Amino acid sequence: MNQNTVAETFDAKLSKQRCLKFRRRMLDISQTVTALHLAGAFSCIEIVDCIYNGLMRRDEEGKSVDTFLLSKGHGSLAQYVVLEDLGVLPRTELDRFCQPGCILGTHPDFGIPGIEAATGSLGHGLPITVGMALADKVQGNDRVIYVVLSDGELQEGSTWEAMMLAPSLGLRNLVAVVDLNDFQSLGRTSEIFPNFYPVLEKVSAFGWETVEVDGHDQQAIFDAVSSRKGNAPMMVIARTIKGKGVSYMESVPIWHYRSPSPEEYQQALAELAGAEEKV
Amino acid sequence: MRDTFARTLYQVAKRQPNVFIVVADISPAGSMAPFREEFPEQFINVGVAEQTMISLCAGLALRGCRAFAYTIATFSIYRPFEQVRIDLCYQNLPVTVVGIGGGVAYSTLGGTHHAQEDIAVVGAIPNMAIIAPCDPLETEAATWVCAERNGPTYLRLGKAGEPNLTAAAPEPFEFGKVRLIRPGKDVCIIAYGPIMKMAWEVAERIERETGRSVALVSAHTVKPLDIDGIKRILNSFETVAVVEEHSERGGLGGQVKQLAWDARAQCKLVTFSLQDKFIHQFGSQRDMWTAHGLSPEIIYEGIVAG
Repeated sequence: MNQNTVAETFDAKLSKQRCLKFRRRMLDISQTVTALHLAGAFSCIEIVDCIYNGLMRRDEEGKSVDTFLLSKGHGSLAQYVVLEDLGVLPRTELDRFCQPGCILGTHPDFGIPGIEAATGSLGHGLPITVGMALADKVQGNDRVIYVVLSDGELQEGSTWEAMMLAPSLGLRNLVAVVDLNDFQSLGRTSEIFPNFYPVLEKVSAFGWETVEVDGHDQQAIFDAVSSRKGNAPMMVIARTIKGKGVSYMESVPIWHYRSPSPEEYQQALAELAGAEEKV
Repeated sequence: MRDTFARTLYQVAKRQPNVFIVVADISPAGSMAPFREEFPEQFINVGVAEQTMISLCAGLALRGCRAFAYTIATFSIYRPFEQVRIDLCYQNLPVTVVGIGGGVAYSTLGGTHHAQEDIAVVGAIPNMAIIAPCDPLETEAATWVCAERNGPTYLRLGKAGEPNLTAAAPEPFEFGKVRLIRPGKDVCIIAYGPIMKMAWEVAERIERETGRSVALVSAHTVKPLDIDGIKRILNSFETVAVVEEHSERGGLGGQVKQLAWDARAQCKLVTFSLQDKFIHQFGSQRDMWTAHGLSPEIIYEGIVAG
């Protein structure tokens, strides 16, 4: 199997339907806990779905050949609902999210089905995947490693250490996607930290193959990654909206952490139903 | 010690597949050459980037490789502490963090390069083992242990020029066990790391000047500590001393005192450690020990007094 071979067809319409379903599932879970990182999960759900259901190759038994790591571990719900949909995580677990005895908490824990490493502290994921990609390269394993980073995570020095290193090690089997929603915990990144931008040029300067896409456009993500040149690691700068899909959550910092009230929950469901009619 | 480590790692790599050494721009240059020549893809210099050194090793381990991270002790632990804690220890991955110049071995480089509380810091992390060999022979044995055990290990080494003290040791090196390296029956000195040489000098002087017979024990596995072995020593000798090149806080001395209480030990127990302070001095490693109040005279007097 060629390293760049991915699913021959990717149905973006089906992906949009799945992502609406995933948002509903996350909203349902939000009603069982007082706090979770809903908005950060909503901003990356199209990215996560596109990687799992479009880009990652599967063997004849349906097991993934490639690797996925959610470096922005606080977006775990986005990964959990996709893993649940794929049958990797049992529904019974997500139903009791964060409760005693449940394996699923706010940050993905090492040892859980489908979770490759414990994330939650930012700035660990990229260097870990550099190690995985290096091992695969030296051992001659044909695997692509997908890692999803938050933009806030790009403020961690360790991320830049790894960013400098990966192209120097000649790692072509590493694809990072930055969920660039322009929000960090306390506010809008472009206001707190204007010199954070431009992002793409900084990454390009370190030797990565880079592309900027609309992070809620699954087809655009799929096309950008599947048509990569593959001479260097790739970083996709995916412009997103934090809280995407629920009007009152979009780009409002409190939803980094808060759970919706029952009324807010109903409003969110109604908005998603409206969006579904359009799809 | 670092040359012995490098030579042993080469032997490990010849026997086991997928052995990596990941350095942060610090390397035992000459002695590493055979490894680099034969396994060029398995020697990785990440540059001056210690956090990535540790996380990258975790990634290698997650792919089934055996990774050794290597740099000066201070930089191997303090700079990438959270990577050590989460990526290695929380995930319980078989990665060895090799800290060169544990204690105050970098005596002319100053306080920025002194790892005088590293065992306290690293030893507080669940799953982490700590091995501090006292000579090149123990370094060789320890390196093999690191290559085979499941879980993270901090291998605290000296620098260069340590003499072999354990060639005629009555007991073999065994991970997790204290090791008698010089027999005796009245006094027992427990030590680990290169300061064992000073303990040896003190043992000889006590025998010469007082006629009391002195045993020396290498507590090379600082964690998990051989609790039964330490208790046995406390109940077998009339005087027990602990000598260590580490802060009095969180080192071996305090743990032995704690075990003495648990074991209702009746022996005289004295401990000698680095002080809980930074020093702003230069000189030889021995000068640093002296500045911290550790010298053969002080240890001798402390053991034979009263």
